[in-house]
Amino acid sequence: MGHFFMIKSNKIVEEHIVTRVENPSPGNYFITFQAPVDLPEIKPGNFAEIQVPDAPDVFLRRPFSFLDVDYEKRLVSFYIKVIGKGTKKLAALKVGDKTNLIYPLGNAYKIAEPNSKVLVVGGGSGIAPFILLGKAFRQNNIEATFLIGGRSKADVLLTKELEAFGKVLSTTEDGSMGEKGMVTHHSVFKPNNFTFDKVYTCGPDPMMKAVGDLATNAGIPCEASLENMMACGFGICLCCVTPTHEGNKRVCLEGPVFNVNYLKWHN
Amino acid sequence: MAQLGVKIHDLELKNPVTVASGTFGFGEEMAQFVDLNKLGGMFVKGLTLKNREGNDYPRMAETASGMLNAVGLQNKGIDYFEDHIYPNIKDYDTHIIANVNGGTIEEYVELTERLNALDRVTAIELNISCPNVKAGGMLFGTSCPSAIAVTEAVRKVYKKTLIVKLSPNVTHIAEFAQAVEGAGADSISLINTLVGMAIDAEKRKPILSTITGGLSGPAIKPVALRMVWQCAKAVKIPIFGIGGIMNATDAIEFLLAGAAAIQVGTANFIDPKISEKIITGIDEYCERHGVKDVNELIGALEI
Ligand SMILES: Cc1cc2nc3c(=O)[nH]c(=O)nc-3n(C[C@H](O)[C@H](O)[C@H](O)COP(=O)(O)OP(=O)(O)OC[C@H]3O[C@@H](n4cnc5c(N)ncnc54)[C@H](O)[C@@H]3O)c2cc1C
Ligand SMILES: Cc1cc2nc3c(=O)[nH]c(=O)nc-3n(C[C@H](O)[C@H](O)[C@H](O)COP(=O)(O)O)c2cc1C
Ligand code: FES
Repeated sequence: MGHFFMIKSNKIVEEHIVTRVENPSPGNYFITFQAPVDLPEIKPGNFAEIQVPDAPDVFLRRPFSFLDVDYEKRLVSFYIKVIGKGTKKLAALKVGDKTNLIYPLGNAYKIAEPNSKVLVVGGGSGIAPFILLGKAFRQNNIEATFLIGGRSKADVLLTKELEAFGKVLSTTEDGSMGEKGMVTHHSVFKPNNFTFDKVYTCGPDPMMKAVGDLATNAGIPCEASLENMMACGFGICLCCVTPTHEGNKRVCLEGPVFNVNYLKWHN
Repeated sequence: MAQLGVKIHDLELKNPVTVASGTFGFGEEMAQFVDLNKLGGMFVKGLTLKNREGNDYPRMAETASGMLNAVGLQNKGIDYFEDHIYPNIKDYDTHIIANVNGGTIEEYVELTERLNALDRVTAIELNISCPNVKAGGMLFGTSCPSAIAVTEAVRKVYKKTLIVKLSPNVTHIAEFAQAVEGAGADSISLINTLVGMAIDAEKRKPILSTITGGLSGPAIKPVALRMVWQCAKAVKIPIFGIGGIMNATDAIEFLLAGAAAIQVGTANFIDPKISEKIITGIDEYCERHGVKDVNELIGALEI
């Protein structure tokens, strides 16, 4: 048994300090943490498992996609939408507070061919990965259109930031911003407009399924990032699985990003 | 540094800290967080003869100080394990212990025979306590005659250390401990998860696709401690204590209750480095209490 071995890891499990908390609209928070060590490479679509501090009623960590990364200053930021007890606690974090993060977790979006034309569709907290995606598009000279849906104007976030990376469209159910209606009814999906090389989507499942179907029917490859409930986030509990044509796959490890045709979304 | 080695039948563990089946994958995913060579042993994810897809999502519900799971033994089967997993983990300097599952006694036996042939799988843990499968599993672990029958059948074909994992979903667990000891088990491990349920009041629906699932985490620790203590008094074979161990103090409590070693389960999800920290913590406890050999702690509860 003389020759045991060890694996070199790129994963961080570290106490981070909150350096900034923004609250752009009710229930929506952007939280930035500083890492105590140099950051590993973080790709668009990667996520972190964040421990919810001082919350005895929150047992497990919570997964969040990276919103933005600053390697020089060792900063990582997240968009946290308050939906329950854990996100409520995280939203109450103050500058100087500390908590433990594990990352980078999950696979990443595959960046389309250089000089291609892509559509990115999101809603709710699903828009979090779009900034890093936008940065990758810019590096590859990809022409991007972002379509963000929400119930009303207050839910449509990051439009200013995303304008740095491409055209930004929106829909709201109450018509307070962009086109009125569901995101999948936006005019960008009309046959004459729906001319993209690739579609990316992240948001509520019904939205992603609808976007996936629209893309598939138009013969456009589409990647979706799933947000299944997770216990661990790094592949060991098998709680987060989604059915695929090759059996149940872990959203935290083989995903969260999948080609929609790989998923068994419709039985 | 105290002497931390413990002996479970033929197995010499370098320390009493192992990781529980289903909470550590096959070790591969965890090697990026933990130095597997430091562990006393590694109980790998539950195996079956054939590929199993497990239960439908949702398979998990967070509960007060714990969680319910209904994974249902998803694994790719023994062929895949032999060809694609075993070669990657066999050279770690720790005990690799396979968790054996079946729907029938014949399946348990056939799987055991296959594992017998793998040199570096130094022991098996017979799981007769999985609450998340329709056939087999807990059915064997909640009736004494069935528990005896499956243990005897496996004992006949298994040459190495045989550990039987008991279900807490019984009235008198010590009777099961004695029954499997009599049937040839070299060791017992307990507890597996407690059958539980979670409901979404807003939707008026169960949270798990299977309605009921297995409860784990600190919520079950008092039950687990009580059961380990009862079994330790009833049998001579060594015990692996399991259930809600989150830190070194929890682990020490299990040793005092009579466990010779422990398994860390759900805690791995929250801190993937916890198993290594528990080893250090046990050593510190020994130092603090002037304990030279961790074996002095086993069953050392003062009543
Ligand atoms: C890979 C990944 C990336 C994510 N990225 C982000 C992000 O960037 N920003 C963000 O705000 N959120 C993101 N999420 C979702 C976020 O993790 C959940 O909103 C959060 O865990 C909820 O915790 P909570 O304690 O507030 O809710 P809880 O109190 O646990 O739950 C409140 C209610 O929401 C339901 N619920 C909780 N989590 C989920 C889920 N994942 N799917 C369906 N229903 C759920 C519960 O069943 C319950 O009814 C991501 C999830 C994943 C898996
Ligand atoms: C997600 C999950 C999967 C599990 N899978 C198995 C399994 O395959 N075989 C088994 O014997 N026990 C399995 N268990 C039970 C654990 O090994 C352990 O007995 C139980 O979780 C109690 O310990 P804990 O509270 O420390 O987690 C599983 C537990 C969890 C939470
Ligand atoms: S969340 Fe544990 S395997 Fe994916």
